[in-house]
Amino acid sequence: MDKILSYFSDMFVQLWENGYIQRGIWETVYLTFLSAAIAYAIGLPLGLILSVTDEGGIRPIKWLNKTLSIIVNIFRSMPFIILMVAMLPVAKAIVGTSLGNKAMIVMLVIAAAPYVARMVESSIKEVNAGVIEAAQAMGTPNLKIVTKVLLPEAKPALIVGAVISVVTILGYSAMASTIGGGGLGALAIIYGHQRSNPDIIWFSVVLIVIIVQVIQEFGMWIARKCDKRIK
Amino acid sequence: MIEIRNLEKSFHTASGTIVALKNIDLTINDGEIFGIIGLSGAGKSTLVRCINLLEKPTAGEVIVDGQDLMTLPKRALLKMRRSIGMIFQGFNLLEQRTVLGNVCYPLEIDGWKRADARARAVELLELVGLADSQKAYPSQLSGGQKQRVAIARALATNPRYLLCDEATSALDPNNTAQILELLKRINRELGVTIVIITHEMKVIDKICDRVAVIDKSEIAEVGSVAEIFTAPKSEIAKELIFPDSLAVKAVTGGKKLRIVFNGEASTLPVISNLVLECQVPVNILFADTKDFDGKAYGQMIIQLPDDDRKAERVIAYLNTKKISYLKEE
Ligand SMILES: Nc1ncnc2c1ncn2[C@@H]1O[C@H](COP(=O)(O)OP(=O)(O)O)[C@@H](O)[C@H]1O
Ligand SMILES: [Mg+2]
Repeated sequence: MDKILSYFSDMFVQLWENGYIQRGIWETVYLTFLSAAIAYAIGLPLGLILSVTDEGGIRPIKWLNKTLSIIVNIFRSMPFIILMVAMLPVAKAIVGTSLGNKAMIVMLVIAAAPYVARMVESSIKEVNAGVIEAAQAMGTPNLKIVTKVLLPEAKPALIVGAVISVVTILGYSAMASTIGGGGLGALAIIYGHQRSNPDIIWFSVVLIVIIVQVIQEFGMWIARKCDKRIK
Repeated sequence: MIEIRNLEKSFHTASGTIVALKNIDLTINDGEIFGIIGLSGAGKSTLVRCINLLEKPTAGEVIVDGQDLMTLPKRALLKMRRSIGMIFQGFNLLEQRTVLGNVCYPLEIDGWKRADARARAVELLELVGLADSQKAYPSQLSGGQKQRVAIARALATNPRYLLCDEATSALDPNNTAQILELLKRINRELGVTIVIITHEMKVIDKICDRVAVIDKSEIAEVGSVAEIFTAPKSEIAKELIFPDSLAVKAVTGGKKLRIVFNGEASTLPVISNLVLECQVPVNILFADTKDFDGKAYGQMIIQLPDDDRKAERVIAYLNTKKISYLKEE
């Protein structure tokens, strides 16, 4: 280990020995997944409502669909870095601070939930209309169409969407480091960029790439595994 | 019994109002296999979707077992739909469920206990000959097998009616024949009233008792299959039953005779005797005859000899033998 560390800058060695780098990896993973989980708690129902209330959906409600759609679009069209600044007061209101990991999670959720909603909406809309029609012909109430037809039939697409969402949130999380949150992004910016240690920047980059690859491969494997259409 | 009274359905779209159905009056009796035939876009699917109110009629009544479906509250309508099974051209199976899971689906919706549902589903899969494929997923099945699963699923809740929207249109002739055979058996053995939508005359021919011909949103004619096959009144029925005879009309000149077979023992002796007795060669331009219970039904178009006297001899022969015919232009 010492031999490997001898190739790195003193700053890197110091960070490593104090466990900062290890913590950075952990923070990146947990901030990403925690934010993704909360973003799904909001985005999944929102996406379902968007698809169900749409014109061709099982329960069209024009005004509701239009209203939600506009709100989602507003958040989706704002660049993350600007959204983050604009939402500082919101973070303060929700978690009592506009700095640190807690504030960062609020930012990530606000940015990701509308994204997740659109992702879910498009997955649900891919469900074969004929299957929904058959379910209706069998006297299925709308709520059961959602739980027994739409969600199970869209499952593989939903998982693929989740993988894409998580990777996107991970990308955002590096940017969110600028408001004082942790993770590999913060490490790269504060110790790598600001103190001119390129090895820390590159090390963070490589780690992020590896984490993305692992999430991607593992997620796609699950999606393939649970899709009964092919084979 | 399904009674459709004065039904009308129009769609309001961006490009204007489309009248998909108008002046529809039909009575479908218990125990029969009722066909609805028409060209693509005639309104067949819309009509069958009005029977279980998947499509809400613009006007008119749909009365099933004496119940006017339009007056039913939502929950009662959902319940009523469980007594009207439906199958589709595209099978519409749940792709992420096994065969058994698909057949269990309507039972879950109907609130059955899990074990009871499975037992009932297995029973139905045996009925349609797929007991061995319970654990398979739809993507592993052929079209014919998928339709069998769909039939088992549609019958799970013991419906009195089965609606079939182009159920065999995506199948090859072999599978089509098998599915039709299965439907016939379900009708005879379980007493399920079947409504079959199709654009193919051979489907009607094969299993229907009565048929309605629908053209441009309206019913052109209704009658027993034998009636409509032998003496179609509407232009559209003639076109559907003898599509090729219209082509004959278009390409050949001269006088022609359309001979109609209404159940004479066989077609062949008629023509051969005609040739022998009249001493004229007869040119058969078109023949489409079918066999119902050993009797011939259908039509044949023959070209009359140019010589008027010979032509009259042919006509006289047909008259004496009481064979019906029509002079064609
Ligand atoms: N949901 C709909 N919106 C608008 N027009 C429709 C809709 N469903 C059917 N139609 C129109 O109604 C007519 C009849 O359609 P359909 O019942 O599907 O015919 P068929 O099943 O005989 O081919 C067609 O002109 C079709 O375009
Ligand atoms: Mg159709």
